[in-house]
Amino acid sequence: MAEPAAAAAGAPLIEVRALAKIYRVGVETIHALRGLDLTIGRNEMVAIMGSSGSGKSTLMNMLGCLDRPTSGAYFLNGRDVSRMGARELALVRNEEIGFVFQSFELLPRQTALENVELPLVYATGAWRGRRARALAALERVGLQDRVHHRPNQLSGGQRQRVAIARAILNKPAILLADEPTGNLDSATTAEILSLFRALHQEGQTIVIVTHEDEVAAHCQRVVRLRDGRVLSDLPIAQDVAGRFLAQHAAGGASC
Amino acid sequence: MLNPLFWLQAISLAFSQIWANKSRAFLTALGIIVGVASTTAVIAALTGLKSKVLSEFESVGASKFFVFPDRPDNAPRNMYPWEKILLKPAEVVAIREECTLVKAVTPITEVGLDVESGDKRIEGITVAGIWPDWHQVQNRFVVEGRPFSQIDIDSERQVCLINEDAIRELDLPANPVGEPVLIGGRRFMIAGIVETVQARFFGMNTSSAEIFIPFSVAEKLQERNFFMRIEGMFASPAEAEQGQDEVRFVLRRMRGIQPGEPETFQVAAIDKFIEQFKTLAAGITAIAGGIVAISLLVGGIGIMNIMLVSVSERTREIGLRKAVGATPLAILLQFLLEAVTLCLVGGFVGVAIGRLAAFGLTKIPGAQLEQADVPLWAVALSFIFCAVTGVVFGMFPAVKAARLDPIEALRHE
Repeated sequence: MAEPAAAAAGAPLIEVRALAKIYRVGVETIHALRGLDLTIGRNEMVAIMGSSGSGKSTLMNMLGCLDRPTSGAYFLNGRDVSRMGARELALVRNEEIGFVFQSFELLPRQTALENVELPLVYATGAWRGRRARALAALERVGLQDRVHHRPNQLSGGQRQRVAIARAILNKPAILLADEPTGNLDSATTAEILSLFRALHQEGQTIVIVTHEDEVAAHCQRVVRLRDGRVLSDLPIAQDVAGRFLAQHAAGGASC
Repeated sequence: MLNPLFWLQAISLAFSQIWANKSRAFLTALGIIVGVASTTAVIAALTGLKSKVLSEFESVGASKFFVFPDRPDNAPRNMYPWEKILLKPAEVVAIREECTLVKAVTPITEVGLDVESGDKRIEGITVAGIWPDWHQVQNRFVVEGRPFSQIDIDSERQVCLINEDAIRELDLPANPVGEPVLIGGRRFMIAGIVETVQARFFGMNTSSAEIFIPFSVAEKLQERNFFMRIEGMFASPAEAEQGQDEVRFVLRRMRGIQPGEPETFQVAAIDKFIEQFKTLAAGITAIAGGIVAISLLVGGIGIMNIMLVSVSERTREIGLRKAVGATPLAILLQFLLEAVTLCLVGGFVGVAIGRLAAFGLTKIPGAQLEQADVPLWAVALSFIFCAVTGVVFGMFPAVKAARLDPIEALRHE
């Protein structure tokens, strides 16, 4: 297993320096992030954990380029994205980020295939051959026989697989999953997490935001936040969540 | 920067949104449908009326002219008493003698008289006093018997011309030439039958029976200051303008009107009436345009309302689209396109209904609208108006959607 914060070849994929985010709600000022530093290398699989109010959602929004920090810097793939405008950020999200959400966020009236194709609609470049690419992504998540089904004809696990296919379609730099198993039963959770691990083994960098140690135990590294700062940043074996490792090993990694 | 796939899916999404909310879309577009339908129907009717009237004018002839007595605008009544401005028989004679460009001219005076033949009697029929030139001016000739001659005029012969309807109404024999009729208690001999023209658009006669007598005879039947008009024609339409000047010159001199003084008569050629009618038609079209503008305004507010509902219903979808890389512009265009599509579909239905209504108009007997049709420019204009309405009223909801914060949007319930 790779060491935490160990940079893969060249510059780290994600480099966050003194990241701060201040929200003003009425007269109240909320410090969601207070000077957070974080480095994630290529092909890492990292869990971000923390209780509610710890700033993990805010951090995820920052990492996903959905929001801009009040201060600090965020280098994604060597590019400073913390000062980009809404249009540029949209393009970065399109090309570099693949989102997986707790509630799947599929378009209900579109088929699995159309849902997977969605990022290509907003792509600036190669949108040709979209069907083949979308089919390949669906095949990768094991849904080649559910291509023309609509979300309401799919089970929860299948829906999340469609969402994952959509996320990996553009071969993003980061696969960013926000409580990806929050709406799934334990059997399906195991399936989805195995899928994540398989994707990781194929070279995908994955960041999972979760509050469950069992989920975090599938990652190599656990970053715990509290009050907008990094509380701990440890390899899984040294983290509390590591206690589930044996269990997973017993369950076997199947995909 | 937006690839073809974006446009493809944006358009298909716009239609699928309408399809998914059919009844809602219909009710929303109803304002636009009704507005466009009624306007296209009005324009169709107007177009039909216009071509009908213009062809009527055409048949009257482009080289024709009319002279009416006319009191100058803003002039005090006592300065121009009616008997002073009425046309005089001597003035027609002067026009005939002196105007070289006038090919034919006739005075016309109409008097209501009772006409009898045997035990048949028509009361208050319009009897017109004319000159022989009348046939040429009106382009209506004698089909049986003979027209008036100058001798009829000069010696005030009691002869008359009648038309087919008059023959029927008076129960005269099929060829009544030479038969006597009583006009205003006097005995006239029927000299000829004037050909019947198609039902005149402006023919307001309750009876279509027509009787003509020599002008000189009609003069005697009239009171001292009687009303007459002059109709005539120039040698060719090209000389119409010059010819009018000539007529005005003669009449000014006859009436002793000094230069700078207003004329107490009016010389008008047919093109003037066409011009007036076209102005009228344009005015009505403009009013129809105003109606469509108002209905599109009302319809547009409906569109805006429903688009706002759509944006708030689909907030999560917007959030997701932004998360996978939709730029604010892409979201804006998406919603704008939806509003425009909705308006255009409404416009399409409206034009279809308008066309149907126009077709219905042509089938109304006696409405004179056989030529009613929706002109292509009206169809094009309707669509342009609808598209503009979509853009204008879809803009606010679309901007709202484009400005949504993706995080907030994804959190929206």
